[in-house]
Amino acid sequence: MTVHPGAWWLWALGLGTAATRTTNPLLLALLIAASAYVVATHRSSAPWSRSYTAFARLALAVILVRVLFAVALGSPIPGTHTLLTLPEVPLPHWAQGIRLGGRVTAEAVVFAAYDGLKLATLLICVGAANALASPSRLLKSLPGALYETGVAVVVALTFAPHLIADVQRLRAARRLRGRPDRGVRGLLQVGLPVLEGALERSVALAAAMEARGYGRTADVPAPVRRTTAALTLGGLLGVCAGTYGLLTAEGGVYGLPLLLAGVVAALAGLRLGGRRSLRTRYRPDPWDLRAWLVTGSGVAVAALLTLASAHDPGALHPGVVPLVPPTLPLWPAAAVLLALLPAFAVPQPVPREHS
Amino acid sequence: MIRFEDVSVTYEGAAGPTVAGVDLEVAEGELVLLAGSSGVGKSTVLGAVSGLVPHFTGGTLRGRVTVAGRDTRTHQPRELADVVGTVGQDPLAHFVTDTVEDELAYGMESLGLAPEVMRRRVEETLDLLGLAGLRDRPIATLSGGQRQRVAIGSVLTPHPRVLVLDEPTSALDPAAAEEVLAVLQRLVHDLGTTVLMAEHRLERVIQYADRVVLLPAPGAAPVAGTPSEVMAVSPVYPPVVALGRLAGWSPLPLTVRDARRRADALRERLAATTTDHHTAPTTTATDRHTAPTTTAGNGATATAVGAEAAGNRATTTADTRATPPTTTADRAARVASRPVAGPEAVGGGRRGAVASGVAGDGVGRRRFFRRRPSPAPEPAALTAEVRSLSVRRDRVQALRDVDLAVGPGETVALMGRNGAGKSTLLGSLVGLVEPSGGTVRAGGLVPHRTPPHDLIRQVALVPQDPRDLLYADTVAAECAAADRDAGAEPGTCRALVTGLLPDIADDTHPRDLSEGQCLALALAVILTARPPLLLLDEPTRGLDYAAKARLVAVLRGLAAEGHAIVLATHDVELAAELAHRVVLLAEGEVIADGPTAEIVVSSPSFAPQVTKILAPQQWLTVTEVREALA
Repeated sequence: MTVHPGAWWLWALGLGTAATRTTNPLLLALLIAASAYVVATHRSSAPWSRSYTAFARLALAVILVRVLFAVALGSPIPGTHTLLTLPEVPLPHWAQGIRLGGRVTAEAVVFAAYDGLKLATLLICVGAANALASPSRLLKSLPGALYETGVAVVVALTFAPHLIADVQRLRAARRLRGRPDRGVRGLLQVGLPVLEGALERSVALAAAMEARGYGRTADVPAPVRRTTAALTLGGLLGVCAGTYGLLTAEGGVYGLPLLLAGVVAALAGLRLGGRRSLRTRYRPDPWDLRAWLVTGSGVAVAALLTLASAHDPGALHPGVVPLVPPTLPLWPAAAVLLALLPAFAVPQPVPREHS
Repeated sequence: MIRFEDVSVTYEGAAGPTVAGVDLEVAEGELVLLAGSSGVGKSTVLGAVSGLVPHFTGGTLRGRVTVAGRDTRTHQPRELADVVGTVGQDPLAHFVTDTVEDELAYGMESLGLAPEVMRRRVEETLDLLGLAGLRDRPIATLSGGQRQRVAIGSVLTPHPRVLVLDEPTSALDPAAAEEVLAVLQRLVHDLGTTVLMAEHRLERVIQYADRVVLLPAPGAAPVAGTPSEVMAVSPVYPPVVALGRLAGWSPLPLTVRDARRRADALRERLAATTTDHHTAPTTTATDRHTAPTTTAGNGATATAVGAEAAGNRATTTADTRATPPTTTADRAARVASRPVAGPEAVGGGRRGAVASGVAGDGVGRRRFFRRRPSPAPEPAALTAEVRSLSVRRDRVQALRDVDLAVGPGETVALMGRNGAGKSTLLGSLVGLVEPSGGTVRAGGLVPHRTPPHDLIRQVALVPQDPRDLLYADTVAAECAAADRDAGAEPGTCRALVTGLLPDIADDTHPRDLSEGQCLALALAVILTARPPLLLLDEPTRGLDYAAKARLVAVLRGLAAEGHAIVLATHDVELAAELAHRVVLLAEGEVIADGPTAEIVVSSPSFAPQVTKILAPQQWLTVTEVREALA
């Protein structure tokens, strides 16, 4: 019925990758529309699904900030269509290369808007993943050895919303004491009680988790334990040395093999470490045909747009100097529409009653 | 199943042991209730069963606790997780995942049960607790009763042989509490689960207990026995036991049913006393059944009931609940102008269902006005007035077309399910919630448009957790801050605190206070500004009977001084003791509004125990019965 949360994340990341390949506003808008359509039809009624709107607002803010910066700080884009001229602030000699105010050209603004839109699309894709699959569900798919860390991360993630709720409640309580409930001072004064409350709740949760068997471990023979430690440590060292090798000029020969060996050893260590954990999984999300389809559509969009950007960069990066209206390249647009595949391949969640 | 061998627990930094001399054995399949006042160590005893005391909390445990043969000394709580299921006081602090189904599976996953077993048990538990319809719901969207059931379900799925519950019904409305208790009953009877639970609201749970273990005082050895044996000596007891003790019944009845079977003689006696009072309606000011009281206090009830005896009885009710023991002349005057009839006189029977639905109401009042020795009171200005209030929050209609009028000196109880809109209504009276329609006036002000500094002189709210109101490190600092906030004379708040809590030191940290003391401190803090309207949200949550009795005395005193009080509560006994009027809310609408006696008597879930026992006579509290018999 539901699709593996990993599939949704891969799909969304595929769309995000595609967005980084182009600055064509029409293609980006098409990407946003496709992801929004899937979210609108497939998100559940859970609280985390509401985060999509928050991401959309954040994306809008990103575009605005990007354009404002271009207006205020100028832009390296040469332009001829002057929109307005701001008073330029003379800066001292050492701040050469930075400009405050001055001429604002249409080209610079359009370039900034394209650039901002690219980033905004990326954000909206992450928001879509968040709305379609809760990050905590994704953590359920972690390997056994990492599970306990995963739970700690999830608990930490829920800490923030609780903290915000506490701040709101205590600021309201300030009103009951006859003190203003707005303003920074009010926020600071509730700080300590909020932290105290959060700490108390964390301790209560820890007690509940402990009493419910969190952290029970199986007895593992000593050799296995030692092998696990050796593999994990050796693997991590290998990864470090391999990365160093790849990044330095003379390490090109041993870098890649060492990195790969390190990764393999670390993975083996994790797998062996999983033996210590008794945990079993309740109804793990199956990776089925639908999951493949969802992932495939995301990857396909990313791959096709990458190909298109290599093949025909002009169409995917409409010119701003000279200023021309962007056109919709037919084939890349058709490729973006592949992102809609999950909307038809995955059945919609049954609307549930909410009281 | 659970065995305590001479157990004592001493926490670090404590002067003496919190519990001592606990020698106790709980057999398999027993439901044992742990009773005692606040702070006697109930939670410590419960924690010792799951091993959280002392492994998690610290402190020193002497003696030995074994559960299903496992010594908690050598077993960590997580190694006991397959035999003991623990649910703490706050179910929200218990949840690890975010949906119902995952939560039910969480414990089993930790224990490493096979996936097929987990799947089967989750389905079984969903059915057992009636949660099947909620399986995919995020926990954050559940009501209080549902959360408690999910919390119990989440510890049931690993099939523990022992269930440990700390105050499972305290935060719940009567119906939700019954839901949870029915589930426990079923577990004990059908599955042979051993249950050990602590609960303040004995009236809800005592009838289900096989045995009661009473902790008489901190550090004192517990007393164990059958419920009726223990209740005979217990310092905490439900109203049914209080009535049994008053009437001298032995063995003590524990359920309404038992008590009703024995109550014939008592009913006759009570009927006789009320008739006596009625046949001698002297006009002396000292007699509490003077004519003005009857009609001013409870005219509606009197005529509604029709029977003379009952009418007179109703007078008693109103009088004992509202009149402070001051000079008689003073009292007569206050009673005459007391606003029990006020809202009706002023509002003209707005809530038609109750007020004007009563046959002969007008007739009764007219006759009374003619006969009344003193001039009719001016309709007092309303302390709070709510007209066709609607509130929408997050696309949910929290309140719909609500009317409410509260006059000075009047106590109103708001009752209804968890989530019926009680807290929202209180919030809108104090400006925390902005109405989406209708008007709210508190002391002539529009609460959400009034700066907090001015509002606290008109209306004050004690929130569900009174600790939210306390910020300072010491009681003295808290009081000084309250004086500043209210612009009152330095020392005003401290004097109020001393009045409410005589033996409290200046340098006590508010976090070290018990629930009852915290409530009293919060009350003193907001009373510093002397607001005519006082709102309390669930004031008896976590209070034992003694703390509750003190609260009742304090609130009665405040009402007598002319404060209007509105309290949202699930505690029917509290409402019966205090309220002149009860307003029932359901799904954001007022479904009944009328004198306490009328509203609660007619409702099976909101009737206090005494009412149920002595029906068809209308008595609300043991105090009334005691005074009538005296």
